[in-house]
Amino acid sequence: MSEPVIDLSRPKITSSPHVAASENVTQIMLWVVAALAPAAIWAVWNLGIPAVIVFVACLTSCLGTEALWNYLAKRPQTLLDGSALVTGLLLAMTLPPRTPWWMAATGGILAIALAKMIFGGLGWNLFNPALVGRAMVTISWAGVLAIQKVPGGWFEGLSLPATGDLDAINGATRLALAAADRAASGGYAYDLQAQFQPLLVRNLSGCIGEVSGALLVLGGFVLIAKGIIDWRIPAGYIGTVAVLSGLFGVNGFLEEAAFNVLAGGVLLGAFFMATDYVTSPMTRTGRLIFAFGCGLINVVGRFFGPMPESTTFAILFMNGLVPLIDRSLRPRTFGWVSRDG
Amino acid sequence: MGKAGFRGGVHPPTFKEATRDVDTTRAPLPERIVLPMSQHLGAPCIPTVAVGERVARGQVVGDIDAMVSAPIHSPVNGEVTAVGTCITPGGTRGASVEVAPDADQDFASFVPLADAEDPRDIVRAAGIVGLGGAAFPSHVKLRPPHDMPVGVVILNGCECEPFLTCDDRLMRERPQRVVAGARHIRDMVGAARIIIGIEDNKPEAIASISAEAGEDVEVLVLPTNYPQGAEKQLIWATLGKEVPHGKLPAATGALVHNVGTAAAIADAIELKKPLMERIVTVTGAVARPANYLALLGTPLATLVAQSGGLIGDVDRVIAGGPMTGAALADLSVPLVKGTSGVVGLERGVAAPAVNDDQACIRCGRCSRACPMSLEPFAIGIHANRGDWDGSERFMALDCIECGCCSFVCPTRRPLVQLIRRAKGALMQRGSRS
Repeated sequence: MSEPVIDLSRPKITSSPHVAASENVTQIMLWVVAALAPAAIWAVWNLGIPAVIVFVACLTSCLGTEALWNYLAKRPQTLLDGSALVTGLLLAMTLPPRTPWWMAATGGILAIALAKMIFGGLGWNLFNPALVGRAMVTISWAGVLAIQKVPGGWFEGLSLPATGDLDAINGATRLALAAADRAASGGYAYDLQAQFQPLLVRNLSGCIGEVSGALLVLGGFVLIAKGIIDWRIPAGYIGTVAVLSGLFGVNGFLEEAAFNVLAGGVLLGAFFMATDYVTSPMTRTGRLIFAFGCGLINVVGRFFGPMPESTTFAILFMNGLVPLIDRSLRPRTFGWVSRDG
Repeated sequence: MGKAGFRGGVHPPTFKEATRDVDTTRAPLPERIVLPMSQHLGAPCIPTVAVGERVARGQVVGDIDAMVSAPIHSPVNGEVTAVGTCITPGGTRGASVEVAPDADQDFASFVPLADAEDPRDIVRAAGIVGLGGAAFPSHVKLRPPHDMPVGVVILNGCECEPFLTCDDRLMRERPQRVVAGARHIRDMVGAARIIIGIEDNKPEAIASISAEAGEDVEVLVLPTNYPQGAEKQLIWATLGKEVPHGKLPAATGALVHNVGTAAAIADAIELKKPLMERIVTVTGAVARPANYLALLGTPLATLVAQSGGLIGDVDRVIAGGPMTGAALADLSVPLVKGTSGVVGLERGVAAPAVNDDQACIRCGRCSRACPMSLEPFAIGIHANRGDWDGSERFMALDCIECGCCSFVCPTRRPLVQLIRRAKGALMQRGSRS
């Protein structure tokens, strides 16, 4: 028989493997965005235009800074990997809705420039960029966390000054109140249990990301179910916070445990910040240690430190320990047996 | 007893549905047969025939007096038309013998192998090499070092590579040859047990082999997980023993052979039949995916044409499975002993291009997938800088090159490719010093 000519005019010569799992970085980042979306949309619905302004300021500053940095450094454009989008979203959700736009934008610029690009971009950063952005904002303008939204609908917020005149709209978060009460009287002036429902469903005092704990948990579960984040980090973190708060608290164990898990961004931190691949350990054991450390520092900060809003610094501190954790827990290579296999 | 499966691994779509129920048929006789002199690991053979010479089916056309090698036989009656060089599916050029087959061939007859006192000499004379793809001369493995007695013969019927079904078909169509081969191997090495490991996605093969296995042959059903068929992972799954770093698998008292190799050994010892043909799966982006019993030396293009040619938006064609096989630049290369499949990959099925620009995002997927418990990302970072010492500290030399790390990497970093580079550099350095 005659041998047919097979057209293989453009053969692609690559080395194995020739098939790949479908997941890529952009898809992973978009899943994180999708998981954050319910909580973010619900927050905007309840907080109105001021929250929109914070989101726009954070997203624009994060994406713009990364694009500009890549352009100036003559590096390939990396906006499409989606990580700056996630950073912008997360940063906005760690800020109070009444944060002035320029303050939020400064946070975004610092988050991307100082925490990520200066290290070499995605993958090389030691600290979670969004948390660095929030830390810079809260350190630079210490009163920002006390800026409270007065509930009342979409446009009401516009009438309030957005100029940074913080005293004019001063308020306090539940955590700050709780810490002050404990210090003053060893108890609470308000009913902790009555806070559970608002914290889960519709909490208007605190940061944008703290409006609904239930929607954050929902988003977190989606990421766990999709295999995008490891359950060990949120479970270890939240579990540690619950147990230690129950032990350190002045009210009942369960009451303190539940209140401290729901209040002050622990859920946002545990599901969305501490699980950041780049700034968390790579081994399963390492992740449990990391999660425990986050929870421990968070609770100690709340009960014994000067700053009740300690989630940010708890995670940032543990970020710094990640290289040490990873180096100490290297897997034993298959075949390297000390005794008889 | 061992553990079920092994640590790590990946689950690529298997794509085996296209050919798993297609009976093996004989591929057509090609116009010319090209026999590379190096179809195995070890010393290439030297042609033993001259242009114009008549050769008979089963006659040796290449051999060499070296321990690690295996002779090459003509699979047809015909005339030698060239003694020169050719390119193999692996992409290397080497010596070859080209035979023009006679129009009429009697595939039932062949020049029988000479009898020998030691059956391992027959295995060598038959030119049998590992048919799973590694192509290591089988007679060498059948002579393990004296201080490493073999207690267990493990047959690898996992066929964990996506697309391939040649071992599945062999186990279903000729289970008695597989089991007979296993018994010959056991007797040759003086082992006590035979275990045949088969992944649980091949229930018919499990049934047919189990029906053939007597009291003396254990069939072990293993979870479907790539690379279950890798030697070290298979030994772990069957015996719960780790092959120690730098040691032969025989150090665990186990000897692993592919099921196809076992069948070839049975044919060699009982029928005095040399290795002249093998089952090969032609699948993927072809019109009629099929399993063929094909003569060694058949141009792969002939097999693809028999399957109706390539169809669709073909991105590349692979010799072997897509996890470890080689991409082909040219389909005119011949079928060799280690070619288990010819797989056309369409765009969308084929992996997107690797990306060196994006840094590792430390997701840890490669470490979790690595069946050797390595940290491929770390070896990759060092290898990328040319830091071979750093690669060695992260155990680059323990890599089995299964490709799981590159498969799972969401940034598409060329991990196993970088590790291969590090291994090459380290081995070159090691052999110099």
